[in-house]
Amino acid sequence: MSSLVERFRPLFYPRGVVITGVSSHPGKFGFAALHNLLCHGYEGEIFPVNRDGATVLDQRTWRDIAEIPPGRADLAFICTPAVANIETLRACARIGVRAAFVVSGGYSEAGEEGAAAEQELVRVAHELGILLAGPNGQGLVSTAVKMCAEIVPPYPPPGRISTVSQSGNILSSYMNYGQLTGVGFSKGISAGNGAALGLADYVEYFAEDPDTDVALAYLEGLRDGRRFVERAIACTGRKPLVLLKGGVTDRGQRAASSHTGSLASNDRIFAGICRQAGISRAETVEEAYEVAATFATQPLPRGRRVVILTAAGGWGVLCADACVRAGLDLIALPEDLRTHIDAVLPARWSRNNPVDMAGGETRDTIPELLDCIVGHEGVDAVIYLGLGIQAAQANVMKSSPFFPGHGLDRIAEFHERQDRRYAEAAAAASSRHGKPVLCATELVYTDRAYGNSAPLAVAESGRLCYPSAHRAVNALAHLCTYAAYRQARNGG
Amino acid sequence: MPPTLSEYDSKQLLREYGVATVREDLAADPEAAVARATQIGFPAVLKLCGATIAHKTERDLVRLGLADAAAVRTAAVDLLARKRPEDGDAQLLVQAMVRGRRELIVGLVRDTQFGPCVMLGMGGILAEAMRDVVFRMAPLTLQDAREMLGDIKAAHLLDEFRGEPAVDREALARILVAVGRIGIEREAVVSLDINPLIVSGTTPIAVDALVEIAES
Repeated sequence: MSSLVERFRPLFYPRGVVITGVSSHPGKFGFAALHNLLCHGYEGEIFPVNRDGATVLDQRTWRDIAEIPPGRADLAFICTPAVANIETLRACARIGVRAAFVVSGGYSEAGEEGAAAEQELVRVAHELGILLAGPNGQGLVSTAVKMCAEIVPPYPPPGRISTVSQSGNILSSYMNYGQLTGVGFSKGISAGNGAALGLADYVEYFAEDPDTDVALAYLEGLRDGRRFVERAIACTGRKPLVLLKGGVTDRGQRAASSHTGSLASNDRIFAGICRQAGISRAETVEEAYEVAATFATQPLPRGRRVVILTAAGGWGVLCADACVRAGLDLIALPEDLRTHIDAVLPARWSRNNPVDMAGGETRDTIPELLDCIVGHEGVDAVIYLGLGIQAAQANVMKSSPFFPGHGLDRIAEFHERQDRRYAEAAAAASSRHGKPVLCATELVYTDRAYGNSAPLAVAESGRLCYPSAHRAVNALAHLCTYAAYRQARNGG
Repeated sequence: MPPTLSEYDSKQLLREYGVATVREDLAADPEAAVARATQIGFPAVLKLCGATIAHKTERDLVRLGLADAAAVRTAAVDLLARKRPEDGDAQLLVQAMVRGRRELIVGLVRDTQFGPCVMLGMGGILAEAMRDVVFRMAPLTLQDAREMLGDIKAAHLLDEFRGEPAVDREALARILVAVGRIGIEREAVVSLDINPLIVSGTTPIAVDALVEIAES
C-alpha cells in the first residue's frame, strides 16, 4: 500500500468515528451527523460526544473525549463551534484519532479572524499528525465501510467513482444522481475551505486509491494552479478525471497591451489546460455525473468508429446528427457486416448506418445483431436506441380492460421479457468484446410510473441508461477523447 | 504597461530558440538600408524599429513592397523624418517581404493561476476579432503542441487550401514548444506576441514580434 493511500485510510476507512457536538435537538448538525451515520449502517464503532452525556437516538454519548477508549476511533467528525476545536483536536489525538473532518464554520469564509483561526487549526492538526479535511464542509461518504458522515443525507449506492467538491450541494447532486441511476460511488467528500487538503490532494489520492476507477471533481478556485495540473496529469495517466468548473465566465477583459493578453480569458486558458491534462471537462452537473458514470461502467473505446442500432427512424437520424457534431466517426457499414445483417433482417432495413431495423426484428434478432455489430473489428462503439418500446406496449396492455384475456397476458409477458433480454444482450456484447455499448431511451423515466423492464435491466447490469441519444453521444465522445489522449501519450 | 524589446530584439530572442523569422537587418541610415535590402532581396519591407515603438501601424511606420533601391531610399528618408525624440535610438529595420495567405498568431502570457501559457490562433492581425485561439500551459510537449493545432476551429486551413500546400505541422508545433520554453526559462519575459506568423509555402515564419519585459 502506498504511503499516500495509507495516509488517507483513517479518513475514508475509519475503524471508529468520534462525533463531537452531538445534540439531542434534531435540527442541529451534530444530531444529523449521528443520525446519518447510524442510518446507513456504518460498519465501525461510533462515539458520540455530548457535554451532558444525554442519550441521543438511543445511543449512549460521552461527556468527554478523554473517556473514549484509546485506539478505537481514528476519525473525528467535528461539529462543535470553531472556538472549541483546537482543544477537541488535541483530545482526539490523545485517543489515537488520525484524521478529522471539520464541519464547523467561522473560519476563513468568515473574515480575517476566522482566517487566523483556520491557520491555527491547520498548524495544530499538522503538529498532532492529524489529516485535516474542511473546515466548513458538509461531510464525506465512503461506501466500502458504509459511512455516511454528512450533515445532509444523500448517500449513494456503492460504486467506482470518487468525488471531491468545493461545494457541498454539488456533492449532494452527484450523490442524488447516483441514487437515481444506480451507478454509485466509492467516496465523496466536500472539501469545505480546503485549509489543509485541497482539490489537488484529493485528486492525487483518488489516482492511487485502488477502490477508485474514476475521479470526479467540482472546482471553483485553486490556490496553486500549476500543482493542480501536475496532479491532474498524474491522475489521467492512470484513470479518468471528470471536472466541472464553476465561475468560468469572465469578470471582464484583462488590461493587456499584448494581443495574446487580450485573448487570454480565464475560460480559454482553463479549457486548453484541461485538454493538455487529459481532463474530461463537463459544462453541467448532470453532464459531469453522466460522463463519470460512463467511464465507470463502460470499457474505453479504441477509436471513434460508431454504429447506431435503432428500432425506428427518427431516433437514429437525430443520433447520427449528434455523432457528427460531436466528432464521432459514423462509419459506412463494412460490406461483411452489411451482408451479415442482411441475413438477419428483412430487406426493408436501412442497409446503412444507423442500422434502422424498421420493425423487422423477430424474437432473437436484436441479441444477434448487437453481438455481430459490437464484435466487428471495424467498430469501436455502439449506441442502441429504442430499448423498452415493447415493454411500454406491455404496460398499456396490462392496464387494459381486456387484460388478461385475448392472449394479452401472454404477449405482455413476452414483450417485457424480450426488452429485458435486449438490455442484457447489450451489456453482454459490451463485456464480451470490450467495447462501449450505450443504451438510450426516455423510458428510463418510467421508473416511478411502472418500471419499464428495459431500463431496469440496464440498471441491473450496472450501467447507465441514457435519457436521450444526444446524452449518450456526448458521454461517448468524452470516452473517445480520453482514450485518444491516453493512446497518444502512453499507447493507451 | 511594461517596457518592450524592439521588434528586431524580440525576433533575436525567437531566433535563439530556433524559431524561423523573416530575413531582416538593422540599418542606421538610408544608404545602409539600401545595401541591406539589396542583400536580402526585393521587394523589401522597411520599418522604424526601437524599444519604445510598439504600435508601428498606428503611427504609419511600416512601408511594404518596396520594389527597388530607389523606393527603399525614399521610404528610409521618410521614416527617419517621422522619428520622435521619445523613440530614442530607433533604427531602420529592413526585411524580406514574406508572402502567404495564411496568417497565424502565437503568443505567451503569464496567467496568475497557471503561470506561463502559450497561445495559438488563426488570423494574424485579425486574431482578436476571430477569437479562434487555443492555450496550453508551459512547458509543452511536442504532443501537446500537435493537439493545439487540431483544437483550432479553422484547423482545416492548416491543410492544403486553395492551391497552397499543407502547413508543416511539426515546424509549427516546434514553434509552440519553443515559445513555452521561453516562458519557463526567461522569467523577465512578461508576454510575447508573434503576430503575424505567416505561412510561406509550407513554413510558418515569424514576421512581426513583440516581447514585453519586466521592469528591472
